[in-house]
Amino acid sequence: MNSLERTERSASSGFTIDFKALGPFLALVGLFILGTAINEAFLSGGNLANIFTRAAFIGIIAVGATFVITAGGIDLSVGSMAAFISGAMIVVMNTLVATLGAGIETVLIGVVLSIVLGVGAGAINGLVSTKGKIEAFIVTLGTMGIYRSLVTYMADGGTLSLDFEVRGVYRPVYYGDVLGIPVPVLVFFAVAVAGYVLLNMTPFGRKCFAIGSNEQVARYSAIHVDRVKTMTYVIQGLCVSLATIIYVPRLGSASSSTGVLWELEAIAAVIIGGTMLKGGYGRIWGTVVGAIMLTTIGNILNLTDAISNYLNGAVQGLIIIVAVFLQRGDWRRKKSK
Amino acid sequence: MTDAAVHAVNPDQQVRTRLSGRQICKSFGSAQVLFDVSIDLMAGEVHALLGENGAGKSTLVKILSGYHQPSSGELVLDGAPVAFHDSEAGENHGVILIHQELNLAEQLTVEENIFLGREIKRGWFLDKATMRQEAAKLLSQLQCDVDPKTRIRDLSVSDRQMVEIAKALSKKADILILDEPTAVLSGREVDILFDQIRRLRDQGVAILYISHKLDEIKAIADRVTVLRDGRHITTEPVAGLEKDDMARLMVGRDIKQMFPDRTPGHAGDIALSVRNLSVDGQVRDASFDLRRGEVLGFAGIVGAGRTALMEAIIGLRERSSGQIERNGNPVAINSLQDAKKCGIAYLTKDRKGSGLLLNMEMRPNLTLLALEKFGRVIIDRKAEEAALETAIEAFDIRAADRKSKVGDFSGGNQQKLLLAKVMETDPEIVIIDEPTRGIDIGTKSQIYHFIGDLTNRGKSVILLSSEMPEMLGLSDRIAVMAAGCITGILEGNDRNEHEIMRHATGISGKQGVSVHE
Repeated sequence: MNSLERTERSASSGFTIDFKALGPFLALVGLFILGTAINEAFLSGGNLANIFTRAAFIGIIAVGATFVITAGGIDLSVGSMAAFISGAMIVVMNTLVATLGAGIETVLIGVVLSIVLGVGAGAINGLVSTKGKIEAFIVTLGTMGIYRSLVTYMADGGTLSLDFEVRGVYRPVYYGDVLGIPVPVLVFFAVAVAGYVLLNMTPFGRKCFAIGSNEQVARYSAIHVDRVKTMTYVIQGLCVSLATIIYVPRLGSASSSTGVLWELEAIAAVIIGGTMLKGGYGRIWGTVVGAIMLTTIGNILNLTDAISNYLNGAVQGLIIIVAVFLQRGDWRRKKSK
Repeated sequence: MTDAAVHAVNPDQQVRTRLSGRQICKSFGSAQVLFDVSIDLMAGEVHALLGENGAGKSTLVKILSGYHQPSSGELVLDGAPVAFHDSEAGENHGVILIHQELNLAEQLTVEENIFLGREIKRGWFLDKATMRQEAAKLLSQLQCDVDPKTRIRDLSVSDRQMVEIAKALSKKADILILDEPTAVLSGREVDILFDQIRRLRDQGVAILYISHKLDEIKAIADRVTVLRDGRHITTEPVAGLEKDDMARLMVGRDIKQMFPDRTPGHAGDIALSVRNLSVDGQVRDASFDLRRGEVLGFAGIVGAGRTALMEAIIGLRERSSGQIERNGNPVAINSLQDAKKCGIAYLTKDRKGSGLLLNMEMRPNLTLLALEKFGRVIIDRKAEEAALETAIEAFDIRAADRKSKVGDFSGGNQQKLLLAKVMETDPEIVIIDEPTRGIDIGTKSQIYHFIGDLTNRGKSVILLSSEMPEMLGLSDRIAVMAAGCITGILEGNDRNEHEIMRHATGISGKQGVSVHE
C-alpha cells in the first residue's frame, strides 16, 4: 500500500518534471511542424543548416548568459562587446597584412586578440560590479554604451571592412563544414556541451546556483562569492569572443549597427529555455533550444507571406512572454488553492 | 494592570465567545493537516495555541483569519456562522493575523506601512499630517520610540514587530492572532509586548497567541489549546498546568531528558584562544579560551556584541585588533574559508536568510559548505547521495520527499539539515548561534543531544542563546557580554540565571565600557 502510493507519486511527479524540462523542446518541435506546414522548403538541408548556423551566434552568447543569470547577474553589454571585438579584430588584422601578409598567422592573431578582449571585457564587468558594489545592470548598461561608441569611433561612423585577402583565408570558419555540419554549428555544440558540464557537474556550477538563489547563504557557505560572480562574466566574455570569431568572416565587416539587440536575444533565449531571471536555476539545453527557437521564428516568417517579416520582433516578444507564463506552471493549479 | 491578580479573566467583564472554529478540517491535496479541530476565542482573554512544528497551528490560524478556507467545518462569529473568503474579509470583521514572517514594505516609512492600503485622504490627496499623528500615537501606546518617518529597512527586527502590532491596532483589531511574535524579540521587548497584550485583553480584545515557549504561555495566557498532529488534544486553563504538563501534552510522550548529561571536568586542552579582540563599535577587548570537549555559552542581551564577536572570529567581520590561536598556534583568519581550514564552523541563527537555499532540495544544501570533499573537478553525485543518506540517519531529518524544497520543511528539520551541513566539514570547533529558535520542544531536545554528542567526541562548542534554560542546561562555562565586553566567565555555582543577569546588565563583573559608535 505504502510502496504503491510512493510509486504512484514519484511517477506523477516524474511526469511534471519531464514536462517542464521538455517544454521548450516541445515548443521547438511545434515550430518545426508549423514551418513544414507553411513551406516544404523549411525542412530542406540548406534551410536547416541556415537556421542552426544563425542560431549559433546568439546561442553561444546565450550559453554564457546562462551562467551570469543563474548566478543572479545580468549582462547587457554583450551585443556592443561583440561589435567592439569585431571592429578591433578587423583593424588589427588589416594592419598586420602589411607586415605578416594575409596568411593564417594574421587570422590567428585576430582570434587570440578576440579572446583576450572578450575575457578582459568580461572581467571588467565582473570586477566593477562585485568589487565596486554596483548593480550589474548599471555596470553593463555603462559598458554597453562604451563598447558601442568605441566601435563607432574606430569605424569613424562608417563601416570597417576586413582586407579582402584575409577574408579569403578566414572564410571557412563561417562557411566551412566538417562532415556536412557547418563549423559554427559544431562550435555551438561544443560550447553547449562544455557549458552543460561546467554548470551541472562541477563545484563551480553548483556555486553559481547557490549564489543566484541566495547570496547570503553562499557567503555563509564559505563560497568566494565575488570570485565566482566575476568568473561568470569572464565566461560570458569568452562566449562573446567565440561568437565574434565566427561572425567576422560572415560579412567581413563591422559597424555601429553590428550586434544591436543581441543582448536581448541572448537573454530571451536563456529565459525561454527555463532559466530563472532572478537567478538560482539555470538550464543550458533549454538555452540552446531557446536560441534555435528565436532563429526559427524569423526563418518561418521569411518563408510565409501571412505575417510580415517586419513583425519578427513582435512574434518573438509574444513567444517570450508565453514561454515564461507556461513555465511558471501555476496556470494549471491556479484554482486548487 | 499587569498584576497576577488581574491575570485571571476579569469576573465583572462578561465572558463572551467572539470567534469559534467548529470541527475544522483542512486538507492540502491528499494530505490532511487538521482533523475536527474546535477552538473558541473569548473577548478579554489570551488564548494560547501550543503544538510542535507541523501540528497544524499555522494552518488553523490562517483559517480563522481567512487566509485559507476550511475543507469542512465552520467559523462562528458572535454566535452567527460566517465565512471569510479572504484575509480582507477577516480583517473587515476585526480578525487580524500577525504573521510569523513580518509583512512590511521595507522601502516605505513606518507611517506608510501602518496605513498601507487604507491611507487617510483629504480630497484626492494623502493626508500625511493626520497619518503621521495617528502613527505616532499608536507607537507611543506601544512605548516604541520609533519616528514614523523612518523607513522599515532601517529598523531592527523587534521594532518592525512593534510596527506590525501598531498596524494591527490601527485596523481596530478586536480579535488579534499573533503567530510566534517573540521569536525575534529580546527579553525587555517581550515584556513591553506582554504589557500591550494585557492592555488589549483588558480592553476586551480576544487574543490568540501562538508560541513554542512554555514560559511565555505561563506568563501571558489564560487558557491554552494544544494541537498534536492536526488534532485537538485539550483546552485548559493555564493556571492548572505546569510546564512539564504542557510539554507532555504537546509531544504526546514524556521527554525523558531534555539536556544531555554534563560530566564536569572532562574538558581537555585549550583548542581556541581569543585575545583582545575588538570590532569597531561592537566588541571591545574580548578574550577567552575554549577547551576541547566543552560547551562555552555566550549570554547577553540582544546587541551585546555576541554575534559580532563570533563573526569576527570566523572572518566574516573585520577585526580592528586581536589575536586568535588554535591549539596554541597563532592563526590568521580573514575569511570563512580560512576559518574552515582551521576547523571552525559557524551555524548561523538566520537559517532561512543565510543558512539554507530554500528553493533547493536537501542534497545541494547539505554539501554546499564542504563541496570540495565531493570532487574538485566534477561533483560525485553518488557520494553526495551517500552523505545525505548518512546525514538523514544521523540527524533524524524527517522529510517526506527528498526532492522537495527545503523551504517547505518545518523549522526543526531545517535546523537539523543546517547542523548536518556544517558537520560535513568535520569541524573541531562549532559555533552555534541560537540553535533552537522557532523549534518545538521535542526537536529541541534532539538538538541538545546532538550538541552533547559533539563534545563527547572531543569537539568544542560555542553556544549563543537567548534562552536561559538552554544556556544553563548545555554550557560548562558561560561567558557574559554587555555592551561589547565580556563582563565575566561564570563557572561552577556561579553559572546561574541571577549571576548571568547581573553580568549582562553590567551590575557586576568587569565594567562594561560603553561602546561609542
